[in-house]
Amino acid sequence: MPLWHSCLVLSGAVLLSLGISAAMLAFQDKPALEGIVRLFLGAFGSIWALEDCLVKAIPLFLCSLGVAVAFRLQIWNIGAEGQFALGAIGASWFALTFKGLGPLVMLPGMLGMALFAGGLWACIPAVLKLRMKANEIIVTLMMNYIAILFLDYLVYGPWKDQESYGFPMTPVFSPAAVVATTGSTRLNWGTLLCFLFGVLIWIFLRYSRLGFELMASGENVRCARYARLPYERLVILVMVISGALAGCAGFLEASANLNRLQPSIMVGYGYTAIVVAWLARLNPLYIGLASFLLAGLRVGVENLQLDLQVPAAFGSIMEGLILLTVLAAGFFNQYRLGVHKK
Amino acid sequence: MSAEIIILLLAATVQSGTPILYATLGEIVTEKVGILNLGVEGMMMVGALAGFIAALYTGQATLAFLVGGLAGGLLAALHGLVCIGFQGNQVVSGLALTILGTGLADYLGTPFVGQKVTGFSAVPLPLLADIPGLGPVFFNQDPLVYGSYLIVPLLWLFFRNTKWGLRLRSVGEYPEAALAAGVSVHLYRWAGVIGGGFLVGLGGAYLSLAYTHLWTSGMSAGRGWIAVALVIFAFWRPERALIGAYLFGGIMAFQLRLQAMGTHIPSSLLLMLPYGLTVLVLVLSSRKGTRAQSPAALGINIEPAE
Repeated sequence: MPLWHSCLVLSGAVLLSLGISAAMLAFQDKPALEGIVRLFLGAFGSIWALEDCLVKAIPLFLCSLGVAVAFRLQIWNIGAEGQFALGAIGASWFALTFKGLGPLVMLPGMLGMALFAGGLWACIPAVLKLRMKANEIIVTLMMNYIAILFLDYLVYGPWKDQESYGFPMTPVFSPAAVVATTGSTRLNWGTLLCFLFGVLIWIFLRYSRLGFELMASGENVRCARYARLPYERLVILVMVISGALAGCAGFLEASANLNRLQPSIMVGYGYTAIVVAWLARLNPLYIGLASFLLAGLRVGVENLQLDLQVPAAFGSIMEGLILLTVLAAGFFNQYRLGVHKK
Repeated sequence: MSAEIIILLLAATVQSGTPILYATLGEIVTEKVGILNLGVEGMMMVGALAGFIAALYTGQATLAFLVGGLAGGLLAALHGLVCIGFQGNQVVSGLALTILGTGLADYLGTPFVGQKVTGFSAVPLPLLADIPGLGPVFFNQDPLVYGSYLIVPLLWLFFRNTKWGLRLRSVGEYPEAALAAGVSVHLYRWAGVIGGGFLVGLGGAYLSLAYTHLWTSGMSAGRGWIAVALVIFAFWRPERALIGAYLFGGIMAFQLRLQAMGTHIPSSLLLMLPYGLTVLVLVLSSRKGTRAQSPAALGINIEPAE
């Protein structure tokens, strides 16, 4: 399929969903065209906004990279949201327990705990799938609810800051536990982690033996089993990678953006990551682009909220619509070549 | 605990199990035709809101309930369009439907937060409600609960004994054979998806019209996903869905009761119970594999080559 053709189909799909979204705005008596223009300008129209997009693209990219690795094997990990929460919890635990450490020990320690907690949380559904044949979609999803409630429990209970005037939040991390921003921008050094993990996953998928086996198994699980590819080990591996990456995103959010753990850390990056991964066709490079665009959608919608009092849920509507239209558009990529013959 | 409290708890169990029951039955109908629709949560939310708005404007509770169902069916039609019409991935389309549905409900529902509708309330059935024990638990409920009692055996009969029921099943089991036998696979798949979405929407409408009488954002709180899990627990059989739904109704009622009594257990830990139970139930019922019970062509798209 030529590239221009899929680009055409994709832009058609996105235009259609933009059109429907504009109609939704009009339905609520908001200026439709102006709304869409403001959405774009709000997201990409200024340096400040672009910085904001990049800041929000970081957790999206990491979660989505993990989701994509799992989806490659046709393991439907819907649990990035919960794994993100566990990563944030793990990193916060380290930061709150070992308060006196310097940044050189503190930050790697927090990262390590986040990777471990996220990976472990994601390992549970993998094991349940392999040993007990439990559907991973439902298990990962239920574990999202459990993880978020666990986070709530911690910040309302044992980890609550005594001086927070009753607000559910942990004390502020020590300065050593905060990932710094880079020079004059609001971007934090976690961006480097994104590049690192992105390249690693890309190399892993493309050049490593396990990566090849993963791609092969994803194409056809039964064939892979006949070829004696280590399917079970691969399932565990992709889920641990998936969870660890989402956990890393949780660590960066808690450390760099909030400097503490609080319920508002959960804004649904884990679910948007699924949209990102699918739009990017599970390709690490495209994931970078798609996470930037969907981060832009979030920033743009925040703007609409302020300017036109559009509810924040407008962003979810657009995400859902874009995903649905792109899914439907895949049909035109498949069936371009000639008339279907019986 | 005294007998009175136990009876109250059991009655609450039936009531909180009912929306899950409607949703589970809806997903069973959908999956029977071979389409996996993970948008249950989204359809419930939309159903809850549509029913609520209809009740607010018309004051007709029954009409509002049906409007909720229609909204669920309408959203499910999008899933049909993507998966049956355009051969899209069913898992991802269902997820998109959940994102869209919850977003849509939040977006359109914002002005209605804090309002109240009359909706449905308990109507004791004559004679039956006087049966000691069973009466107050099962027959002192709102009409929608009685409706769910009827739908379960009707669906059971429908799938077993009617021409249309068998055809619906055939397109989910062996679409090629159904096609060869002259059954329009796409037509029946559409019927299953929209009919199933209608039932799921009814489940959502139950939440706003009979359970809480108000609309809040995120009010279905994972019930849609619990329903998806219960379909597996029920082995795709309506009568087993009843047991599963009441199991979850029970844990939800129990959890609320505990909170109301003011225990020392933090509410966030109590709220985990239904989700943890879902995982447990799923693991126990899938342990031996569910391939034998599940519709054989579940999740597989059929080429538009009719």
